[in-house]
Parts: sequence; C-alpha cells; structure tokens
Amino acid sequence: MKKILALILCLAMVFALAACGEKPAAETKGEENGAAAGSVYWLNFKPESDEVLQKVAELYTSKTGVPVKVVTAASGTYSQTLTSEMDKSSAPTLFVVGTQAGVKDWADYALDLTGTPIAQELNTDAYNLYDENGKLVSIGYCYECYGIIVNPDLLEKAGHSLDEIKNFETLKAVAEDIHARAEELGFDAFSSSDMDPSSSWRFTGHMANLEYFYEERDAGGWTECPATLTGAYMDNFKNLYDLCINNSLTDPKDLATGGHDAENEFKTGKAVFFVNGSWEYGAVSEAVPNATMIPYYCGVEGEEKAGLNCGTENCWAINGKASEADQKATMDFLVWCVTDPEASRMLVDSFGVMPYTHAAESTNGFLAAANEYSNNGCYVMDWATNYQPNVDDYRAALVSALNAYNADQSAENWATVVTAFVDGWATQYQNANG
Amino acid sequence: MNKQSPLRRFWKTPLRRWAWLFLGPVTAAFAIGFVWPFLQGIWLSFCKFKLIKDAKFVGFSNYAKALTDPSFMHSFWYTALFALVSLVLINVLAFAVALALTQGIRGSNLFRTVFFMPNLIGGIVLGYIWSMIFDGILSRYGTSILMETKYGFWGLIILMCWQQIGYMMIIYIAGLQAVPGDMLEAAKIDGANKWQTLFRVTIPNVMPSITICTFLGLTNGFKLFDQNLALTAGQPFLIQADGSSIKTTEMLALNIYNTFYTSNSASQGTAQAKAVLFFILVAGLGLAQLAFTRKREVQQ
Repeated sequence: MKKILALILCLAMVFALAACGEKPAAETKGEENGAAAGSVYWLNFKPESDEVLQKVAELYTSKTGVPVKVVTAASGTYSQTLTSEMDKSSAPTLFVVGTQAGVKDWADYALDLTGTPIAQELNTDAYNLYDENGKLVSIGYCYECYGIIVNPDLLEKAGHSLDEIKNFETLKAVAEDIHARAEELGFDAFSSSDMDPSSSWRFTGHMANLEYFYEERDAGGWTECPATLTGAYMDNFKNLYDLCINNSLTDPKDLATGGHDAENEFKTGKAVFFVNGSWEYGAVSEAVPNATMIPYYCGVEGEEKAGLNCGTENCWAINGKASEADQKATMDFLVWCVTDPEASRMLVDSFGVMPYTHAAESTNGFLAAANEYSNNGCYVMDWATNYQPNVDDYRAALVSALNAYNADQSAENWATVVTAFVDGWATQYQNANG
Repeated sequence: MNKQSPLRRFWKTPLRRWAWLFLGPVTAAFAIGFVWPFLQGIWLSFCKFKLIKDAKFVGFSNYAKALTDPSFMHSFWYTALFALVSLVLINVLAFAVALALTQGIRGSNLFRTVFFMPNLIGGIVLGYIWSMIFDGILSRYGTSILMETKYGFWGLIILMCWQQIGYMMIIYIAGLQAVPGDMLEAAKIDGANKWQTLFRVTIPNVMPSITICTFLGLTNGFKLFDQNLALTAGQPFLIQADGSSIKTTEMLALNIYNTFYTSNSASQGTAQAKAVLFFILVAGLGLAQLAFTRKREVQQ
C-alpha cells in the first residue's frame, strides 16, 4: 500500500515539475520574435480605452508581425501597477506619465523624446512634460476638456436658454430657479455630486482647478509645483460648489458614500447640469444629442471671457531602460498610431482628439465647444490641477473635509475645507519634496 | 534489528529514504514564496528605493521616520483598541452560539451552516455591503459611516463579528463535542449547577479551542485590511491646523499600504520599516498569547 502511495506521489510531482518547466510553444515563439525585432508593452491607465487599444494592438501585430501587449491597470491603481511592473525583467516599454509629480518619479526611467520621430509628428508643444533639466519626458497623445455639461433642451423646457448663462450670477439665477420648480418641471438643476472614489475627483480634481488656474494666472503661469497656495479664489470655488450641491437631485447630506450615478441622472433627463469632461461625450451624446459644455463660472471678474478647462494627463513615455530593439519597436508603433488613418481614427474616437499633424479629425462635441470658446477669444483654463502634490493623499483629505461640510454647511466646516485645500497643499508639497 | 543505529534504521525504511524528495518542493516553495521575500523585505526597510532593483542603503532612518509618524502611532492605538474589543466580542458570542447549538435543539445543522456562511464572502465585498447597510440606516439621521470615527469603529466591529463568529463557532463546537460525557455526568452527580459545570468542567476542557480562537482573533484584528479599506478607508480625517491630516479610522495594515503607495516616492522605505515593525508586533503578541493560554489547557 505504501509503495503504491509513494509511486502516485512521485508521479504527481514529476508531472507538476514538468508542467512548471515546459513553456507553451506559442510563448516561446513570441519571445524569439521579440528578441530579434523588439516588442511593445503598453501599460495603459484608462480602463475605458482598453477595448480600443487591444484592437489597435491586434491590428498592428497583424500588419507588421511585431507583438504588442496592452495591459490596463484597474481604475485608480495605475501608480501601483506601474511601480510593480517596472521592477520586472519584461517591464513596460511604453507607459503614461501625465503629471509633474509623475515626471518627478519616473523621469529617470524615461527616454528623452526631444527630436524623435513621434515628437516631430506633434502639432503643438502644449501638452508635453519636461523635467527640470529640460528633458522631454512624455508627450501628450490626446487632450481633454472639462466644465459643466448642459442639456439645452431641458433648459428651454424650464423657460431658459443657453445664451442667458454668461457668468456666475446668471448661472446661479437659472440653477436656483430650476431647483425651486424641480417638482413641477420633473427635473432638477444639477446631477448628484457624489463623494465616493468613483465621483469625488470631479470636484477635488476638476472643479478645484478653477482655484488653481486663477492663482496660476495671477502668478504669471506655473512651470513647477508651487510650494504654497494663497487660497485667493477659495470663495469662487465655494460659489460654484455650493450652487452644485444645494441645487441638485440629492440632499448634500447623502453624498458621502455616493451611489447616485450622476451620468445616468443626466442621460435620463433628470438633471440639466452635469459636472464632467469630454470623455463623457460618447456616453452622453446618444441620449442627449444636443449636449454641450459651459465653463466653470464662479464669480471671477471678467469670467464672461472664460473658456473650458483643457489639458491632459495622457502622455506617452518610452522606457529608457528597455532594450534598444524594444525602444525602436515602440517608437515605430507610436508613429503608426498617429499616422495610420484606420488606427488614428479608432484612437481619436476613444480619446477625443490627438494633437498630431496626420491624425484623424475629432468628432467630440465637447471638444468642439472648447474650440469654439477659443475661437471666440475666450481664455483656456489650463489644467493647473496637474500640479497637485501627493495627489491621492491631498485629494483624500479634501474629500473628508468636503464630506463634513456637505453634512453641515457651517463656517467652521468650510474653514476646514480651506485648511485641507490650501495648507494641505503646502504639507503635501513638503512631504513630496522635503 | 534493534541494535542498528537510528540513522541506518531511517535509511532502511523505503518510504523515508525518499523524504528529501517529498520535502523538497514544499521547502523550495516556502523558501521562494516566504523566506526570500521576507529577508528581502527586511533588507529593503533599511533602503531608500522607488524600484526594488535600485535600492540604496540608508541605515535606520526609515525606522526613525516610521516611529515619529503621528499617523502610524494613531493607527497603532486604534488597531490595538479594535483588536481587543473585537477579540472579546467575537469569542464570547461565538462560544455562546456554539454552546446553544450543541444542546441538541432541532435544526442545529442548519443554524451552523447559516452562521458559518458569512465567512465565505470576501472582505472587500463585505465592506461595501455593510457600508450600504449602515448608510441605509444612518442617512435617515442625516449622517453617514464616513462622518464619525465612532461609527466607523463600531461599524467595523459589527462587520467583523458578523463575519468571524460563525468561523470561531465551528472551532468551539468541535471543542465542546470533545468534552468527555463522563466528566459532565460526574459533575451532575456531584450536584454542580449549570454555571459551575460550565466554568469548572466545560471551559477548562475547551481551552485548546479557546487558545486557537484567541490567537486567530488577535492576529486577525491586527492584520485587518480589506474590510477596513472597503468600509471607511480611513475616513473621516482630522485636518490639522498645518494642513496635515490624520485618518481616524485607518488601521495599521492600511496605514502601511497608504504610506507605500499614495504618499511621496521616497516613502516606500518608510512603509517597509513600518511593515517590519508590524511583523514583530503581531508575531510577538501571537507568541505571548499562545504561551499564556497554553498554560491553562488541561490534559484529558
């Protein structure tokens, strides 16, 4: 009996070891190809783009035979995934460095893109990121805009029109009127401003930008993260934020844990305004074909000339520590992405717009609105929010302070929000740089 | 036969001759999956690094930073309090349920299954489910589990009780069923009442179960992560006047995770140092507790 047992155990082990040792045939083949001609490994950070990128990768492989692997980090875990992937022997050859904080962390691992074929395809330098030595660490592959998405049809139903809204005062009048008559109209002014992680970035990341932007403008533009903020425009942030939470479908007290699905509220015609960005166009335009976007009006002088918040966190960086063959394969792939009509069409439809000379034209209505504002001489509110130091910690504290304020809109609670917003910046700057 | 040396006897037994072959894979897996990462982790706690392959030795500065970090100290005391309260509540309730379900009432098996089931659900899912349940109640009072530290604390206690009681109950039931019937009978004949039987006969006999359950309860309490992350993620924060913040419901494991990933790039070493301190703490507590309760076990 024992002998049989021993025999069975031995066999089981031999099989287990054999299974470990043997490499699937296909994999080995891929590696051989990779060693000869290089391969591409793109660590993507936008889960919503994953499907398209997989198709583009497949298309490229079928045309050229160069293997392209696209891996998408789960929502909100990009930096963790990048950190662990870069440590592996087959590290990503192409990754995303979208903020000045990212440049600080990853500049040493990125190839200097100055003068490279992909940089020559760009039609603007506006979305490129440089480190302090002037090295071109990453280049924008698309840009986006955010503001307040409006349903003009509902606005008219309520007896107002888009032309009425020119600044904060007029926006406030319209929103408060709709909110007051919400029951009679069957819809409300703003969709819910949930504070759970799937939604809070619309306020701690995007709406907060109005404060940073005007501060940046007063300072004559930022080139690196400022050590401190003045908080000069906190009242303006409060204006718009208060308007948003107090004239909405959801009681501000119920926002902390979320679960209201603002996008759906907007799509089903329950709300006129929806704070979000150009990437929502695909999701929203089917249900609300006339949807358009207006700027963050917040009571700043001269804001009649404000435009949308345009910028990007989508910037390609090539791994400078990858093998030369892989770097070249990656560069060829990128150039193909922005020049091939079929590929760039697919990418543009997913990303909105790509700032490259030979890329396909954009069909995104919100980005068209952004262009219209610029053409009418309005100023673009750039993404000063990208400078947020220790962004996750900074925003988490802001969410906590806003939760307390939503539950009880007292002066004290607002003072805590200001502390988290202004002093929190200085603290996190020290943590990141001290 | 008996005069052979033990070593020769060892090699004469055919199955034993192959001991190394059977131990090999497990030893290798243990070395690759535990020993090596553990040693590397200790080494990294003395380094400054962004990627592991670029680690630079910096001595004890990571430990100095970890020990002077107010958020780490806060999460330590918070975790200690949580572990203590949950340890007592879970074990008392699990023992009570186990006692009730060994009295031979009808449907005992069904009850056991149902009580055990929460343990089969993953921590993250449980955290989100319970945050919905708590908010369903708290929103009636215009508040939320994220608004008050005490809600977060007791919420997590309730969640952990709900999840763990069934598991501990199974261990206690096994212990209770092993209490010798003749002892119980002897106690009855000697005129012991129910409380006396419980405290003088039953509990001393289930001490091995109590040992294992307190060990599990204590280490579970200290190592808790998923439920903490999903239920409150450290909210509400105490925003200090200087703009820094203390996450009032953040436990040790979550604090280490947050230090590693969401703070600045130089903090990975500090997080690693915290993790080593955390290991020493949990291992020390576990061993001390084992030694303490072992003494109270009786031989049957």
